[in-house]
Amino acid sequence: MIVVAFTWAEFAEQVAAGLASGAVYASLALALVLIFRTTGAINFAQGEMATFTTFIAWSLMNHGLGFWAAFPIVLVIAFVGGIGIERTLMRPFERGPVVSAAIVTLGLALVLNGLMSVIWGGADRTFNGGFSTRTVKIAGAHISIQYIGMVAVLFVLVALLAVFFRFTKVGLALRAASLNPDSSRLVGIRVGWMFALGWGLAAVVGAIAGLMIAPIESLGPDMMQVILLYAFAAAVLGGLDSPVGAVVGGLLLGLVITLLGRYVGYVGQTLKLPVALLLILALLVVRPGGLFGRVAARRV
Amino acid sequence: MRAVPLLEVDDVSKRFGGIVALDGISLDVGAGEIVGLIGPNGAGKTTAFNVITRLSAPDSGDVRFDGETLLRTRPNAVVRRGIARTFQNVELFRGLTVAENVRVGAHARRGEHSVDDVIYYVGISSVRHRLADGLPYGTQKRVELARALASSPRLILLDEPAGGLNHEEVEDLGAFLRRFRTDFDVTILLVEHHMGLVMGLADRVHVLDFGRKIAEGTPREVQADPAVIQAYLGTAA
Repeated sequence: MIVVAFTWAEFAEQVAAGLASGAVYASLALALVLIFRTTGAINFAQGEMATFTTFIAWSLMNHGLGFWAAFPIVLVIAFVGGIGIERTLMRPFERGPVVSAAIVTLGLALVLNGLMSVIWGGADRTFNGGFSTRTVKIAGAHISIQYIGMVAVLFVLVALLAVFFRFTKVGLALRAASLNPDSSRLVGIRVGWMFALGWGLAAVVGAIAGLMIAPIESLGPDMMQVILLYAFAAAVLGGLDSPVGAVVGGLLLGLVITLLGRYVGYVGQTLKLPVALLLILALLVVRPGGLFGRVAARRV
Repeated sequence: MRAVPLLEVDDVSKRFGGIVALDGISLDVGAGEIVGLIGPNGAGKTTAFNVITRLSAPDSGDVRFDGETLLRTRPNAVVRRGIARTFQNVELFRGLTVAENVRVGAHARRGEHSVDDVIYYVGISSVRHRLADGLPYGTQKRVELARALASSPRLILLDEPAGGLNHEEVEDLGAFLRRFRTDFDVTILLVEHHMGLVMGLADRVHVLDFGRKIAEGTPREVQADPAVIQAYLGTAA
């Protein structure tokens, strides 16, 4: 194992970069967990949905809007779009096998990808984000403001979601609907709309992930495909039904991949993904439910 | 002649494939009454509950609440008309705390009793921040009852409230239900296998057997009814 020249300042810069990309994996993982928890479906279209909304932001910004002016508009569009997808495409499969719903989301991913190529073309574009790419000097390390912003956005997002689910009536109803649909109907909850709301929220969270990563990756129809893999890995690492797990899993994965790529010579840039996934596999052998997930116990 | 009953089940039939679960059932529950619904296993008691709470649509017949049909009310709107229920096998929200379970109960309809009042009344204050999962069975049943009460129902349907409870808990339950009918001004329809509880508690009893109603009356009348004795003990030789 070859360790390249090491300084603490550079290590801190690498940690910041790792946490920043980890924040994006975490957001997308959070979106996956939101849908999995509310409807039991695995959403393979989460990545393309995020890319699609990022393209909408790009178009708005091309028409003269600033990033932070486009930001809320895009989130509203994502929310409405997510609800629309659930009510039209997913609803017929609500009570069907989980595999059917998963296949529908795969189809949706292909359709959205094709649509993006048709509307915006297949070429990659540069995307100017909402944070400055200048660095600030913290204890000798040059940390990008963009990285700090990305992690901050994740934490604000997590805090808002936590407040929503814990303290609001609708948040509580959403949790109840996912846990026990029949009992929820009897206390007056409109369960179908709660599922739609879960999709809407997931679309918003995914859209934020897209808007955060687009300035770093270049924007193209396939932008989120590898990131979705990371997000799945992060969600599984954290335990597929645990929001906290998704966030911790995402940050951890971003950190490990970045540090492996930088410091472990023969892993380098090309092997960092397989090595990271191997580590996850090893962890899942020891803890099948993930870091924070609950292993389903069946009464026999 | 009684006034219009609070709940009327009028000639309701329900079949599942070839099985006739309910075969022209009629029964009524007057405001303020405690009415028992009894019968051997498979008599159709839980199906009747599911029809009344709209989890299951009848093939024919009508269900009226307060003189108006319930069959045009969606399942999630039943609670707004003032009907709540508990389940035979306790259907709590397992990932939520006790207090959250009760709060969900007040989702659509909030009455004069606050969630905290209900929790205190039912006697589950000490576990209010615990997850509903993993509480003793008797406590889970109380939580479910509290969830139903949180919507301030006018009619509450209890599906085997004494099921799985020990002797002492059953005695407490009887006293509790009598007290709570007065305190909450609520009408109770209960399915119960525990005959001691039903006979001591109910004002009137309806008896089902194989989807048909075979008797109706006060506990004393029903107990002496030959058809009821035959349903429970089998055909006399």
